[in-house]
Amino acid sequence: MDFTLSEDQQSLVDVLARFSRERYGIAKRTAAAGAESGHDVATWAQLAELGVIGMLFSSEVGGYGGNAFDIMAVFETLGHGLVGEPVLPALLAGTVLAAAGSDALDRLIDGSDIAVSAFYEPTSRYDLDRVATTATEQSQDWKIDGAKAVVHHAEAAQTLIVTAREANGTVSVFAVPAAASGVTMRGYVTNDGIRAAEVKLEGVIVPKAAKLGGVALARDAVDAGTLAICAEALGLMTWLKDATLEYLRTRIQFGKPIGNNQVLQHRMADIVVEMEQARSAVINAAAAMDGPADARALALSAAKYTIGTTATMVAEEAIQMHGGIGMTEELGLSHFAKRALMIDHQFGDSDHHLRRYITLSAA
Amino acid sequence: MDLSYTPEETQFRDEVRAFLDEALPQRLSDKVRDGSTLSKAEVEEWQAILSARGWLATHWPREYGGTGWNVVERFIFDVESSRANAPSIIPFGLSMLAPVLIKFGSDAQKERWLPRMLDGEDWWCQGYSEPGAGSDLANVRTTAVRDGDHYVVNGQKTWTTMAQHANMIFCLVRTDSSGKPQEGISFLLVDMTSPGVEVRPIITLDGDHEVNEVFFKDVRVPVENLVGEEGLGWTYAKYLLTYERTTMAGIGASRAALERLREIAQAEQSDGKPLIEDLLFAMRVARADIALKNLETTTMRVVAATAQGGSTGAQSSILKIKGTELRQEISALTRRAVGAYAQPFLPEREGANEAPVGPDYAVAATPTYLNLRKLSIYGGSNEIQKNIMTKAILGL
Ligand SMILES: Cc1cc2nc3c(=O)[nH]c(=O)nc-3n(C[C@H](O)[C@H](O)[C@H](O)COP(=O)(O)OP(=O)(O)OC[C@H]3O[C@@H](n4cnc5c(N)ncnc54)[C@H](O)[C@@H]3O)c2cc1C
Repeated sequence: MDFTLSEDQQSLVDVLARFSRERYGIAKRTAAAGAESGHDVATWAQLAELGVIGMLFSSEVGGYGGNAFDIMAVFETLGHGLVGEPVLPALLAGTVLAAAGSDALDRLIDGSDIAVSAFYEPTSRYDLDRVATTATEQSQDWKIDGAKAVVHHAEAAQTLIVTAREANGTVSVFAVPAAASGVTMRGYVTNDGIRAAEVKLEGVIVPKAAKLGGVALARDAVDAGTLAICAEALGLMTWLKDATLEYLRTRIQFGKPIGNNQVLQHRMADIVVEMEQARSAVINAAAAMDGPADARALALSAAKYTIGTTATMVAEEAIQMHGGIGMTEELGLSHFAKRALMIDHQFGDSDHHLRRYITLSAA
Repeated sequence: MDLSYTPEETQFRDEVRAFLDEALPQRLSDKVRDGSTLSKAEVEEWQAILSARGWLATHWPREYGGTGWNVVERFIFDVESSRANAPSIIPFGLSMLAPVLIKFGSDAQKERWLPRMLDGEDWWCQGYSEPGAGSDLANVRTTAVRDGDHYVVNGQKTWTTMAQHANMIFCLVRTDSSGKPQEGISFLLVDMTSPGVEVRPIITLDGDHEVNEVFFKDVRVPVENLVGEEGLGWTYAKYLLTYERTTMAGIGASRAALERLREIAQAEQSDGKPLIEDLLFAMRVARADIALKNLETTTMRVVAATAQGGSTGAQSSILKIKGTELRQEISALTRRAVGAYAQPFLPEREGANEAPVGPDYAVAATPTYLNLRKLSIYGGSNEIQKNIMTKAILGL
């Protein structure tokens, strides 16, 4: 067994961590979410240049990484820097494009284009198969109608990767240019300071070649995304834990640091215990990514369930142990905490994954 | 033992219900139900309606214009008001300062300030906490130095809820720093329109402006605004805090939030059926429901002891801890219930009535959850409540 990062992974992690420490920050992230594009164009270009996106894909498709531990390393580091750029949607979209053998992936990897996944719908909750969007095959092309919910970074994207149901009932995956006629968006900022949009597709015409494959493509993409977001949470939690520890050492009440109170010491110890468990869950999931589909799904649900409960606990405890100051928008802590909390609302919450785990382990 | 309401109590409950039915404008109850922030004018509107009915000062004896209700009646009123989604009464003047004035204030102070609370002429805020004095409240540094007929106040308060609406603030100030920290504290009423008072907003993590910093620079306060005796402010402050905590169980608010949660979980679909039929989710709701029913009786037991002349004392910590945990849990379940639509953040802009992006019940789920993190922090944090309990109840 070897739990260390490879040389490539370690050097990217170092560079990315330095970048987010020195050249990124909450001010930039917040400003970007309020802007029309919803992200920071310069930062995105720099991330691409650093190789962050390339690390997510294998050399066969034009990247230089692409294994589960590469994804884990990148996203943990992004989480620790609270990077709000569209790397996660790019991972999902790119995973579909790679599997479909699309050459659009090159432009995603080099940072010149942004592609995002748009799978979930206003009433689908966390179920990928509950697709009401339709794809009607016409003589020359496809016509797509429907709506997609809470699509992160949709406004920044040139390409939307959407799921839609064909007349025969099967769900397929399509690449839709964001600029296509009939695509409209209502953008907003999320509670955790990321740009997202509700996307409407009304009579959107795309060529025959826009169909990339079946719903399995979307499922694989969500698997990669689930692993990534779990790793992101590890980075967020590490930051939250360190900030809280620092606060316990420096905040004086009753003439001594609040960290002298044994009750708070034990609460920190609990956090460390649960975080180590969470890391193991993510490692289990990463190790299962290339294995059989059932084992992979089981490990991913175990990880997402563990992350959902642990990240919520760490966020709540970090705020509580900071007292009033932990509740302010001004303190970086609240931004990390909100991201950690909202992770439970992407790709299924802890109940969703616990239920899936039960079903899968009964099978 | 008898847990049921007496015929008089049932009649009282019906009377409260009928009043709320008739007097509470739906405009306001809709906003409360949806978790929107009420404007100053809206809060004042509801308080004026209650005042006209004689039901604004639920804690006060009749002689001062209060309801003279006993604890059971107060409890019924609280639960019914929350059920009807009535705006909550701003507690700082009516429920916090008033009991202190009634017990420790001079006749002149009672005559001056109590009627103005009933008329809505003053909006009070609570100036206890400071940057260095949170849990360790006795560490207040804001000073008041006697100068003829005035005190001259210098220093800073923080986390002051709704100071932006207030014209009056009651403060703990240091009048003596020679002895033990608790000994040199005085209780002072400060007119916020005085020269030298500055209020700066603090935005909380839910994007709301609810708390503020309040700065005092050479603010002159007439000596008649000192409550009780100089140096006894700590005693008054503690009296006020036990008062504050008894009302903090928030039974009515939890009950209303739980009912709302059930509606939402009925409307949300999970796996092709209403979310409320999902066993995992139903278990969570049931646990909260059970805890709430237990807490109702715990509250009534604590409250009944007070009615019979016992002091709530450290028992109020039990209500504060459990009540706040429960409200937080219900808000977390509501966030969970709305699924992915817990994510969009839609700031409420005055006038701009944007349609929500998801279901309308989802809009406030996350901001409310985030805002209610405060419940376990303020009013004496839940850790501090447990410290109180270990000493006062357990003798450890
Ligand atoms: C939304 C909001 C509104 C508020 N409104 C008002 C208001 O209107 N007026 C007002 O005066 N104040 C108000 N407060 C302030 C509130 O009373 C304080 O935040 C509270 O007393 C805690 O103080 P602190 O924030 O300085 O945290 P700290 O005292 O620094 O505590 C930080 C953490 O350490 C823990 N801790 C501290 N000491 C101990 C100990 N001995 N043992 C174990 N744990 C300990 C605390 O429980 C907490 O978890 C408000 C606060 C909030 C968040």
